[in-house]
Amino acid sequence: MTKSQTSIEIRNLYKIFGAHPEAHVEAVRRGMSKEELGARHSHILGLNDINISMPAGKIQVIMGLSGSGKSTLIRHINRLIEPTWGEIVIGGQNVLEMSETELRDFRRTGTAMVFQKFALLPHRTVIDNVTFGLEVRGVDAAAARATGLRWIERVGLKGFENRYPNELSGGMQQRVGLARALSNDTSILLMDEAYSALDPLIRTDMQTMLLDLQKELGKTIVFITHDLDEALRLGDQIVILRDGSIVQQGNSQDILLNPADDYIQRFIKDVNRGRYIRVASVIEPASESALPQVPAEMMLEDAVKVLSDAAASAANVIDAAGRIIGAVTLRTIMSVL
Amino acid sequence: MFPDPLEHAANAGERMDWLLKFPQLDPDWLLTAKRAIDGSLKALTRSYGQSIEDFFYPLLQVLIFFENVMANAPWPLIVIAAGALAWFASRRWAEVAGVVATLAVIGLLGLWVDSMKTISLVLSATIFSVAIGIPLGIVMNRYRRLGAGMKGALDVMQTMPPFVYLIPVVMLLGIGRVPGFIAVVIYAVPPIIRLTDLGIRLVDKEMLEAADAFGCSPSQKLWKVQMPLAIPTVMAGINQTIMMALGMVVIASMIGVQGLGLNVLQAIANQYFTQGIFNGFAIVGIAIIFDRISQAYGRRLQKHRGASHD
Ligand SMILES: Nc1ncnc2c1ncn2[C@@H]1O[C@H](COP(=O)(O)OP(=O)(O)O)[C@@H](O)[C@H]1O
Ligand SMILES: [Mg+2]
Repeated sequence: MTKSQTSIEIRNLYKIFGAHPEAHVEAVRRGMSKEELGARHSHILGLNDINISMPAGKIQVIMGLSGSGKSTLIRHINRLIEPTWGEIVIGGQNVLEMSETELRDFRRTGTAMVFQKFALLPHRTVIDNVTFGLEVRGVDAAAARATGLRWIERVGLKGFENRYPNELSGGMQQRVGLARALSNDTSILLMDEAYSALDPLIRTDMQTMLLDLQKELGKTIVFITHDLDEALRLGDQIVILRDGSIVQQGNSQDILLNPADDYIQRFIKDVNRGRYIRVASVIEPASESALPQVPAEMMLEDAVKVLSDAAASAANVIDAAGRIIGAVTLRTIMSVL
Repeated sequence: MFPDPLEHAANAGERMDWLLKFPQLDPDWLLTAKRAIDGSLKALTRSYGQSIEDFFYPLLQVLIFFENVMANAPWPLIVIAAGALAWFASRRWAEVAGVVATLAVIGLLGLWVDSMKTISLVLSATIFSVAIGIPLGIVMNRYRRLGAGMKGALDVMQTMPPFVYLIPVVMLLGIGRVPGFIAVVIYAVPPIIRLTDLGIRLVDKEMLEAADAFGCSPSQKLWKVQMPLAIPTVMAGINQTIMMALGMVVIASMIGVQGLGLNVLQAIANQYFTQGIFNGFAIVGIAIIFDRISQAYGRRLQKHRGASHD
């Protein structure tokens, strides 16, 4: 399958909730704070000057505590929420300029969404839920069914086609939600805390499945979570939101090694850094050649194991082609962890 | 000269009068207004009576046909049909037995034909109420302004003593099946309208978001998401509509509807206690049959809607 070519550009996005959002957008753009807007004008500043460039074919994670504006942000991408100000350009097309029918068409064929509480239709069986998007689009029933069955099998629910959602566990229901989204064969996949309602073990399984699928599909995925481990594991790029503003954006290495402020520092304090920091991020110039070798993409946790197995205090780092590009020492690794 | 104390008191009384007696519109004027309204209604009936009757003639034929089918069908057929319906709705033999037993008692008391007439009226009024009530409920939900107005009208309809709307119905249509049917429908239709609207409003917000996110058009959203999810509430509305229709049967007998209600009316007029009780119980029995069947059906529709077990 070909990788998604669809990037998502969000520029100067503002969302103000309240009776007269337009009246306050100028003041907010000139720097009025969320507190002031709330206290003086009883409007809620949902999103404040958001700029994100989400690359095509990658997983973009948006992270933040509850109420930080994650759901509001993701709903701007398929325009379930209208912005107060700003631009959203998807695959070169400005979403805000779409007419009602263009927007409907874009939602049918351009984006698919997975929801936190699954949002499955209780009166429909698994297969009828999975083919919902195709049915809405007007795909003929037999073709829709074939596609649906293929995705049901792909998410590991073969044999459950004719069950009803309330006969399934939460994890299985969300597999149905995922199969429903994937059946639509869209280049963009929007996942709003899709795994937040699941037990930790099931959640890890679902993350693994998503990563496997993504290797194969290469969609542009926007994944929302309030869980740092999930963000670090899944995100090619991560944006951290707080009170509607972006606090930091970058990849997992940037966030773990150069946290932008105390807020993020506190966030990353308890995470197992060795599991998410790559050897490449702590690389030093190579000096000797007779050392054990570790790939640049390896996580520190695993590199430590290699070093201790070899009873060495340093290792050479090799790139994908097997060339030595530098070294890591146990001392540096320990200082980072 | 001292003022006459008696005259003084009389004057005071006259002065206090406006406080004790509510100022009313001029009685002559009121009388004229009432006469004018009634007169124009009567004139309307005189000049359009025939066309109004012609207009409702097909309805009359349907009602008569329905009543004849119910009243003249061989009784075993009706019992079997009712039993089958109970089975279809509930899949439980106990329900079937209850329904058959109730019908048997009604038949043994000599109330079979009257009961069939009553059931036929209630059923046709219910079908008609559902047919107009569900679309009206959808309209009420979709157009908020209009919906607010409709809500007011429904409040009035439900609070107005039912006898009152018998009057214009009788003035326009006289006495008989059609006016009875219309009175029953007016009385029974509000719950189905309200509960259709409520059912649509209660649909989970995330569900609506999902419909939008997958690009549903407004009508796809209504028929694929909102209405199916509103069904349990709509069923509760249908159940209430049936009960209201049955309740209206006695009152409608005052304007010429035949059946159990008429017997009750006679019993009141002539103080036939036992006749009143028997017919009253027959109405209760029919109510229970309708209630059990419609509720069991509603429950079966909801089988897959419970909370998930995870
Ligand atoms: N429709 C709305 N009206 C008013 N305030 C809203 C609305 N939707 C969201 N908000 C507010 O915007 C903020 C962000 O909400 P949300 O995007 O749901 O956060 P998150 O998904 O990160 O938990 C919250 O303070 C919330 O109360
Ligand atoms: Mg949220």
